[in-house]
Amino acid sequence: MQNIAEAFSLAFALVLSGDADLFEIVALSLQVSLTATLLSCLIGLPLGALVAIARFPGRGAVLVVMNALMGLPPVVVGLLVYLHLSRSGPLGFLGLLYTPTAMIIAQTILIAPIVAALSRQVLEDLHGEYAEQFRSFCLTRRQIVRALLWDGRYSLLTVGLAGFGRAVAEVGAVMIVGGNIDHLTRVMTTAIALETSRGELALALALGIVLLVIALGVNAGVQALRMSAVRQAYV
Amino acid sequence: MSEARPLPASLATARAVAVPILPLRLRGVGLRLGGAVILDGVDLDLGAGGCTMVMGPNGAGKSQLLKLLHGLTAPSAGTIDWNGHAPQAVRARQALVFQKPVLLRRSVAANVDFVLRARGLDRSRVSALLDHVGLAHKAAQPARHLSGGEAQRLALARALATDPEILFLDEPTASLDPASVQAIERIVARAREGGTRVIFVTHDIGQARRLADDVVFLHRGRVAEHGPARDFFRQPRTEAARRFLDGQLVV
Repeated sequence: MQNIAEAFSLAFALVLSGDADLFEIVALSLQVSLTATLLSCLIGLPLGALVAIARFPGRGAVLVVMNALMGLPPVVVGLLVYLHLSRSGPLGFLGLLYTPTAMIIAQTILIAPIVAALSRQVLEDLHGEYAEQFRSFCLTRRQIVRALLWDGRYSLLTVGLAGFGRAVAEVGAVMIVGGNIDHLTRVMTTAIALETSRGELALALALGIVLLVIALGVNAGVQALRMSAVRQAYV
Repeated sequence: MSEARPLPASLATARAVAVPILPLRLRGVGLRLGGAVILDGVDLDLGAGGCTMVMGPNGAGKSQLLKLLHGLTAPSAGTIDWNGHAPQAVRARQALVFQKPVLLRRSVAANVDFVLRARGLDRSRVSALLDHVGLAHKAAQPARHLSGGEAQRLALARALATDPEILFLDEPTASLDPASVQAIERIVARAREGGTRVIFVTHDIGQARRLADDVVFLHRGRVAEHGPARDFFRQPRTEAARRFLDGQLVV
C-alpha cells in the first residue's frame, strides 16, 4: 500500500515536473501505438468489410482463423518480426531492428487481426440491415465496402480503440524488436518492465498510472464522439 | 406537405434511350423458401404504363413477387421476362421502396446524394429531389430522426433519383397517418403521370381504388385475378377477392 501511495505522488510529481525523459517515453509510446493502430485500420477495416459481405467456400474457416489471430501472443509476434529483421533474416538489409519502425511493424501485425475480426462482426450486422437496399441500388462491391465503412464509422472507432488498447499495453513484442534502448526505443511498457526488474516499484507504478491516464483520456475522447453520434442517430 | 412539387424537367435525368423493358411476362413462376411454397405457378402479363396494384391477404406472396420482379430473389421455377431481359439485367432501370425504409446513417440530403453519386448521376439534383417530396427544409437533419411518413418520402426521393422506368412500392404507407398517405400517393401519382410504370403492393382497398389502373389479386401464392381496376372492384370474379373486398377475413 505504501508503494501505491508513493507511486501516485511520484506520478503527479513526474508529470508536474515536466520530466523530459518521461515525456519522451510517453511521446514514443503514443507515436508507435497510434501509428500501428492507423496502419492496422488501413489494413483491417477493408479486410473486415470484404469478409463481412463476401460469401465464398471456406469462409467459415477464414472466420475461425481471423478470430484466433486476435489472441496472437505479443512475444511470438515479436520473435517472428525479430527473425525477419535481424541481420541474418530476409529483411535484415533494411536495418530496422531496434528502431521505432520495427516496433510499429510488430504492433501492426499484432492488432491488425483484432481490427479485422471485430470490424467484420460490426459490418456484417450493418450489412444485414442494408444488403437488400444496396442490391436494389445496384452497388458495386467497392461501393458497398465504402458505404459500410462510412456508416459504421462510429462503431468502428470502438474497434480501433480496442486495437490501440492492445498496442499501447503490450510489452513482449516491442521489447524484443525495440530492445528498450534509452532515448531510442523505450516506451511506457518497456520502461515499466525495466523499473520493476530494477526494484524501482514506485517509479514503475507511477509510469503505469500515467499509462492508465492516457488510455482513459483516449477512451473518454472516443466515447464523447460516439455519444454525439448517438444523439445524431448516426450509430 | 400540401402537394408534391414536380421535378423541373431540366433537373430530371434524361432517361437512357434503351430497349423498353415492358411488357413483363411471367410463366409458371414458383418460389420456395425454406421448404415453404410462397408462390406457385404464377402467370402474369403487365403492359407499359399505368399503376398496377398487387393485393391479397398476408402471406399471399405479394412482397416476394416484387422481389422476384426486381431480381432480388431468383424463382425456384418458371420464367420472368422483361421484354427479353432477365430481372437482374434490368434492376438498375427499376427502383424499389421497401415497407420499412432502410435509411443510411447520414443526413437527409446525404441519403439522396449517396444514390446519385453511386450511379454517376448529377449530384446537383439533391435539393430538387428533396423539394419534390417536401423535405427540402430537413436536408441537413439526420435521416433517422425523420418521422415514419417523412422517412418513406425520403426513400421515395432516393428511388426517384435514378429516374426509374419501373417503381416498385411494397406497402409504403402501412401504418402511416392519412396526411402522410396522401403525400406519398401524390408523389406516386406524379411519377406515374411522368411515365414511370408503378407496381404497388397494398392492403388498403381505398388506396387501390384511388391509384389502380389494374389489380393483381394474389391468394395462396397464385394469381387469383388480374384485370382492370374498375372490373375488379365492381365485379370480382373469385370468392376470395369478393370476401377480401367485403372486408371479411381471407386466409
